[in-house]
Amino acid sequence: MTLFGWKLPMVFSIAIWFAAWELVGWMGITTMIPPFSRVIEAGITILPTAKFATAATVSLRSFAIGMALALAIGIPLGFLMARVRALGRILGMWVNIFVSAPISALVPILMAVVGIGESTVVVTVFLFAVFVIVLDTQIGVAHADRSLVEMAHSFGARRDQVYTKVLILSALPEILAGVRLGTIRGVKGVVIGQLLVAIIGVGELFELYSQHFLMEEFWALVVLVFLFAFAVSEAIAALERRVEYYASAR
Amino acid sequence: MADDAIVEVRGVGKTYEGGVEALANVNLSFPPSQLSTLLGPSGCGKTTLLKIIAGLIPPGAGEVWVKGARVHGPGPERAFVFQDFALLPWANVLRNVAFGLELRGVPPAERNEIARRHIAEVGLGGFESSYPNQLSGGMKQRVGLARALTVDADIILMDEPFSSVDEQTRRKFQEELLVLLRNKRKTVIFVTHSIEEAAYLSDQIVLLTPRPGTVSRIIRPGMERSKSPDEIRRDQRYLDAVDEIWQILKHHVA
Amino acid sequence: MKPTSITHHPVVWQLASFVLFFGLWEVAGRWPVSAAFPPFSQTFLALLEMLKDGSLARAYWITVQPLLIGIVLCGIAGVGFGVGMGLSRSVEWLSLPVFIILQAAPMAAIIPLITYFYGIGLTSKVLAVVFLAAPVIVMNSYKGIRNTHPSLLQMCRAFLGTRSQEVLKIILPHAAALIFAGLRLGLAMGFIGIVIAELMITPTGIGDLITYHSSVADYPKMFASVASIIAVAAITLHALERVERMLFPREIRGA
Repeated sequence: MTLFGWKLPMVFSIAIWFAAWELVGWMGITTMIPPFSRVIEAGITILPTAKFATAATVSLRSFAIGMALALAIGIPLGFLMARVRALGRILGMWVNIFVSAPISALVPILMAVVGIGESTVVVTVFLFAVFVIVLDTQIGVAHADRSLVEMAHSFGARRDQVYTKVLILSALPEILAGVRLGTIRGVKGVVIGQLLVAIIGVGELFELYSQHFLMEEFWALVVLVFLFAFAVSEAIAALERRVEYYASAR
Repeated sequence: MADDAIVEVRGVGKTYEGGVEALANVNLSFPPSQLSTLLGPSGCGKTTLLKIIAGLIPPGAGEVWVKGARVHGPGPERAFVFQDFALLPWANVLRNVAFGLELRGVPPAERNEIARRHIAEVGLGGFESSYPNQLSGGMKQRVGLARALTVDADIILMDEPFSSVDEQTRRKFQEELLVLLRNKRKTVIFVTHSIEEAAYLSDQIVLLTPRPGTVSRIIRPGMERSKSPDEIRRDQRYLDAVDEIWQILKHHVA
Repeated sequence: MKPTSITHHPVVWQLASFVLFFGLWEVAGRWPVSAAFPPFSQTFLALLEMLKDGSLARAYWITVQPLLIGIVLCGIAGVGFGVGMGLSRSVEWLSLPVFIILQAAPMAAIIPLITYFYGIGLTSKVLAVVFLAAPVIVMNSYKGIRNTHPSLLQMCRAFLGTRSQEVLKIILPHAAALIFAGLRLGLAMGFIGIVIAELMITPTGIGDLITYHSSVADYPKMFASVASIIAVAAITLHALERVERMLFPREIRGA
């Protein structure tokens, strides 16, 4: 977009949205939307508080553990499902079902079986993230260039060498794409898990602020969490871009 | 400039963002009802020049004159045949061939009838209801050619039309193209990187050399079109033309 | 020896998969790990019971309404907006960064807020569906428009097509496949939205069945309710995928 001959990068459009937010807030159209400046103020106020620190720590911890599990189980499983046809056929249907199913429906079950606490949230994060990671890894490995594998065999590669030197790298773009999607879902998992369990973490804070109509604090937290989700997603996208150079040449 | 030129390129230059000078000061004239070829190695700007003549890309400098008038964009007197076919994947052959007329608002019955004639002409009779995904590369290119013929333009511009097909099909196409054009008064401007193809087909060969793209030489093989295809390929003038071109171009190969 | 091995039929694998899963469920349920985990057989019986007494039907009747309304509203507005974004550079400039963030964002955080403001009723639920489904519908429509093959656009211009012809005859048909996919994914998000909304605050519909049976510790019925919504979502989305593949086969899409 050009303004007075200067090319404005798209990021600036966000500035316009913040300005609009400020305006709408001042006009007092609805108590639900306070001015953006107040939201920033509230954000700065709550950040250093102990309450927020605890909530953030708990949330980050659940997120990290859940994601680590999802990666540790999801990637190898996707790999196996692509290489061992029987496994792929048996589990494939379930992965496909759960990738787009409303997993939040399972949270009450988790609460009943695992209990009301952090472990439920960790399992929620795991369940939200793992299926798309498995699926994309499976696709990446299954579509790995046949001729590359043949080439490796023709030069006498052992099975583990084919795996590490050819397959993983060939499938890396898809795996990273799956990880990125899984991470986004993982963040949703933390929020939803905590909202439903409603005892710990940022979910608790969301519930608290909404209940007491503390709109400025609520939106400040929303902005923080949204920014976190976006930052994590972009970090992985950056990794994806680093392997992009060979993605199209396969 | 020749008086009877149907297309004139005057001082055309084109620089892309990033400073790549694709073309510089190109001056050419194309006589009517003849087949001219733009030939050169990669990066010599031949496709860019063709698209400028077609009006698909604006020239950075200079002008293009068609039939005595300056042009600024595509026009009904010029039809383009694309290297990657550019067929609508969701439309069958008949609709694809008639597409040019469809865009001009010609009623279906009329445009389909014209399209059918040209489909038969390029040898695809019977394939009117087929879809692009059911056709081979060679057949797809015939559809592209039929589409260009259907709009009855005086000038046909072809962008490496045979580069996506195999060698045998390519030879057959070259022969068929000559037969097809023999009875029509069409001017054809053709881009290729194959020396043999240029020498075989052309009345006029424009040699372009890269960095920046400029006209290096214009060669007129002067072959008799009445000879059979195989005879032409053994004609001394054909062989001389091929040799002359290669001597010039081989210094520019990376 | 049979001419084709029985392992070649996909149905066999699917059946085996079901049998394995339900078998494991049965075993896990009988293991005295948790009283709250009923074996498959009990869950299945509970499901039948709920079907018979109509509680399942009633719940779905309530759940389906906001889901459909939300998706239809979101579909029309979302596709329209996405197409607008794809066709107009200025709209794209203004909206794309916002939607990229929204796609990554946990929209669910907004759901309690919606219910506090709009009460426990159809409006809140519809809004929950709309908020969750909108980003993916808009982005897919946008991408469908943007990813039109430049070669086809050039061809249209070469044959003197006007801008509106370009949009109607080339861009929109080309985008149709992705738009449909976007709607399908939007519906998936809609299911998620409606489940969260019903679980959290509005005590009606399938969410209510789940929380109620959980609170009275009737675990077989609770599990049955959960399984039912997952099954409904899975079947609907799978059916849509089939329709999509039928309408837009790979080759004709020009992928």
